[in-house]
Amino acid sequence: MNTSTQTYTWRFLLRVLLKTALLFVAINLLFATAATPESYGRLSLYNRLWPGRDRLPYGENPAESYNLSLNNLPAMLASHRLAQPKAADEFRVLLLGDSAVWGWLLPNEDTLAGQLNQMNLRRADGRSLTFYNLGYPILSLSKDLLLLDEALAYQPDLIVWLVTLDSLAPAQQLNHPLLWHNAPRTRELIQTFQLPLDAADGRFVTPTFWQQTLVGQRQALANWLRLQQLGAAWQATGVDQFIPAEFTPRATDFEVDESWQEIATAVPLTAADLAFPMLAAGVQMAGDVPVLIVNEPIFVSDGQNSDLRYNAWYPRWAYDQYRELLAETAAAHHWTYLDLWHLVPGEQFTDSPVHLTAVGNQLLANELADSIAPETSSFRGNE
Amino acid sequence: MSAGLATVAIFAALAIVYAWLPPRWRPTFLLIVSVLAIYALQPFSNLRFAAYSLQTLTILLTLATWWLTQRLVADAPPLARQDRLTLLLLLGLMLLVTSDRLLPVTVRLLPYRPPQAGWVLLILAGTAVLSLLLAHRLRRLPYRHVLTGAMLSLVVIFVLLKWPPAATAVATLWRSLTGEQVALAAPSDLAWLGFSYVAFRLIHTLRDRQTGLLPACTLPEFVTYVLFFPAYTAGPIDRLERFVGDVRALDAVPTATRWGQGGWRIAVGLFKKFVIADSLALGLSLTAVSAQQATSIAGLWLLLYGYAFRLYFDFSGYSDIAIGLGLLFGIRLPENFRAPYLKSNLTSFWQSWHITLSDWARFYIFTPLSRSLLRRKPRPSNEIILLTAHLSTMLVIGLWHGITANFVIWGLWHGVGLFVHKQWADRTRRWVRTLADKPGQKQAWSLVGWFITFHYVVLGWVWFALPTVPLAWQTLAKLMGTAV
Repeated sequence: MNTSTQTYTWRFLLRVLLKTALLFVAINLLFATAATPESYGRLSLYNRLWPGRDRLPYGENPAESYNLSLNNLPAMLASHRLAQPKAADEFRVLLLGDSAVWGWLLPNEDTLAGQLNQMNLRRADGRSLTFYNLGYPILSLSKDLLLLDEALAYQPDLIVWLVTLDSLAPAQQLNHPLLWHNAPRTRELIQTFQLPLDAADGRFVTPTFWQQTLVGQRQALANWLRLQQLGAAWQATGVDQFIPAEFTPRATDFEVDESWQEIATAVPLTAADLAFPMLAAGVQMAGDVPVLIVNEPIFVSDGQNSDLRYNAWYPRWAYDQYRELLAETAAAHHWTYLDLWHLVPGEQFTDSPVHLTAVGNQLLANELADSIAPETSSFRGNE
Repeated sequence: MSAGLATVAIFAALAIVYAWLPPRWRPTFLLIVSVLAIYALQPFSNLRFAAYSLQTLTILLTLATWWLTQRLVADAPPLARQDRLTLLLLLGLMLLVTSDRLLPVTVRLLPYRPPQAGWVLLILAGTAVLSLLLAHRLRRLPYRHVLTGAMLSLVVIFVLLKWPPAATAVATLWRSLTGEQVALAAPSDLAWLGFSYVAFRLIHTLRDRQTGLLPACTLPEFVTYVLFFPAYTAGPIDRLERFVGDVRALDAVPTATRWGQGGWRIAVGLFKKFVIADSLALGLSLTAVSAQQATSIAGLWLLLYGYAFRLYFDFSGYSDIAIGLGLLFGIRLPENFRAPYLKSNLTSFWQSWHITLSDWARFYIFTPLSRSLLRRKPRPSNEIILLTAHLSTMLVIGLWHGITANFVIWGLWHGVGLFVHKQWADRTRRWVRTLADKPGQKQAWSLVGWFITFHYVVLGWVWFALPTVPLAWQTLAKLMGTAV
């Protein structure tokens, strides 16, 4: 439109402003009534224009990692390669867990899912096992439940759920914006599975009508759009995480300190002190889909005061009791359970007591592959 | 290009104030806002007092150029009252800006701490004395040589800023004088906002004065032209005679029309810059990192296309905002872009990409150089003249962006392209004319021309976007499928 020679009157400009304002209000109202993050979140360029992502979107610096964190669960799953149609000869395995499963400081091929997929495992019936990384960098089983609830729509055949002590800490269960911004879904899970969580938690976000308008949803909408556009860089580079050349390694020496979470000194723990109902809910939610619960490897230090602590996160008294309680609970509920806590040598941990190196993940993948085989009547192949 | 949404909003709010002002106050208002804006827009510098000093130096260079072009003549009349008042006003504004340091930290307007007013006054007084002594000497020299010397001085400053080793040396010297850590000196220390554009405006006035084309203008007109805040950070590079014409007829266009035209251009510019360009910048645009990370040829091409469009929407968006803001204040800045990526030959591309810079280079490099070569004896062949003029012009445009090997190659890339197009056009002109009554073939020919031109420009951006020659070569090889 060439405006350089156009002349205007104030009356004309006022009419334009008025019409613009009316259109703005109408679009906002229409958006508030017709569009929700749930609805537009399922629209995705991934698995269509761009290849699906190998892990869930997460990242604080999109310019470097070509990735970002958002709270739109359907959009997160729709960007994942899990959202591709399931092949007839595919046996889908979902890997649930925290940042260790997500693959902190690791390219996709070195994550647990990446290593397992490189093994080309097949079932006895000829179906090939495809592993999907649904790890997400939060220590909370409630978050895993939320993801599982959405992921079950993608027809999994097996769920491998990696947990650690901190992911069972009651205080961690509702401690993340992903849960707050998906309040209706979280509340529904609490109600359906009678979870010992506060459905009226003050951190839950219940948007007002105005917050559901285009203006109110601008941040969520912008994140959804950014996720779509970052697919171009993902497609071109295969990069979805900024991995620094150097990082601070996990601590080996500790102060004289036996605290865990809010507990200062050693106390007896009972099953009621840990979020086992979340695990029970997950297994129940999965229904006919088998669930393998795995106590993920942790860094076991032999440094200063390692007689008190295994690592910076876990004092021995808490972790030992947790392992006992988890084994007892799993047996009582007939869960398939695997305790791999001491599988990986200390030098194969990176910046935290649970983050593994590529070699560490290879060890874990080998062990899991051996364990999954009887679970799925499959055999190792093509190695 | 540092103007953000808040800056645009503040300038638009100032335009409302401006619209209510009595017409006779408006030129002074433009001058005051322009001077204050350059200090406010200047980003923080790691060098102590550099941010304030560099913008003050811009004002002093502007004053010096005005004096050289308007006053350094034998028959110059006494300094007019409005010029004297403007000098006092500029001094007052330079001192006023220093008072920002006295404000509580939470309400300071500048992103840096200016020096104390006493020091500024002392240094300005010293500068004035030195200038008077220098002026006395300059009056004895041939006027033409003085103007040439002034232009060369601006070029030297430009080289000191844009050539990384020189900029580091200047930053090192500055740090040693102010007692800062010398080891931390870096070219980025000398982030002199707007200087590239200011230098080209000043050289334009000096050269036009040399050739007798420069019109007479007052000091406030000249300062407002050089520092006009909407165009200060990213152009367009206006011409003095056109700008002064607008200033002298600030109320020629009715306010409603100004606001209608300006508001539309600002809206278009904001959309281009903050919606399209900024979106492309996020992962959809070639960078040094993504060029190395790219693992697929198609993906790399996508990133390169993304970069090409990001650059266009970013820069043309800023130009739209500048033109729109100018209109709100009654100044019609020249157009800078005319759908450059739709052009079917490289010459047309450069007539529609950063038009004011291309025009500047044509006026002050291409035309004088061509004429000079034509006058040489023995006269070089037309091809040699053209090649030399194109390469020199585009080399200057490349170096204007930064004195690095990649910008040199980018300039030469386009210089060669323009020369080849000219040769091709000369040899095919007769045949192309025969297509006039064959619209289908003519359209197909244009399409081929567009495809080649667009991709020549896009591949040229590889040199522009990437910091080193090896990386650019590697990326070009990857794009051609020979190095993935």
